[in-house]
Amino acid sequence: MKQLYTWGAIMAVVLASTTGDVLLARAMKQVGDVGELRRRAGVLAVAASMLRRPSFLLGVLAMAGAFYSLLFALSWADVSLVGPASASLTFVANAVAAKIFLHERVDKRRWTAALFVAAGVALLAV
Amino acid sequence: MTFRKYLVLAGVTLFAAVGDSLLSHGMKQVGSVSLENWHSLLFAILNPSVALGIVLLLGFFVCYTTALSWADLTYVLPATSLGYVFLALFAKFFLHEHISATRWIGILLISAGVGFVTQGPALTHPHDTEDANERIPESVGARSER
Repeated sequence: MKQLYTWGAIMAVVLASTTGDVLLARAMKQVGDVGELRRRAGVLAVAASMLRRPSFLLGVLAMAGAFYSLLFALSWADVSLVGPASASLTFVANAVAAKIFLHERVDKRRWTAALFVAAGVALLAV
Repeated sequence: MTFRKYLVLAGVTLFAAVGDSLLSHGMKQVGSVSLENWHSLLFAILNPSVALGIVLLLGFFVCYTTALSWADLTYVLPATSLGYVFLALFAKFFLHEHISATRWIGILLISAGVGFVTQGPALTHPHDTEDANERIPESVGARSER
């Protein structure tokens, strides 16, 4: 039963942080190249352009949610399991979500990279 | 990819790794926070490590959103995962912790993943913007080919 709770918490962290990453990525693609915009219109224009995207604000909210569900999970499960498991699964979940929701071309090279990094992060914790 | 953009990716990597370690170091000094003494969280930012950690994580957020404005999510995440490797090496050389064989394999796998993804293009999809006048799509496309 305790294991079920632990993995439930890990899935909550993965879901929230993936949602946050995808929403932020979508918002920043709408804003466009920040460096160019800053050179042309200044730093305030960049901030204004980011803050008026609903997906940016929702993304930050989702990231805060991920942070709090991580804290919550850590309060009754081992750090050595929750930390690496959620970080490692987030790499894979992000690759899937970026393909579906952001229509990024996740080719063989990117799949390999995501899986290698996920496996590596998991091994670092062993 | 320009040199400047690699600097932004390095910023994402380093700010996240050092910021997280400072937060974790500081929170161990502050002590455990529970529902009964939740207000001690408010004073946690008075701890120098926690304060500096928060500043670095703000730097991380600026670099991260900047990187996402010109690169795919599936490029940025693996490309900036070297932070885990830095932390492990930092623990070995400065904290004199032992790194086991499995950890070395983990370090190798992460480095290989970073190598793979950075060989490819940073942006794969020409994203349409709501404000067409806010950017020049041709230059972004041309840069991602390199």
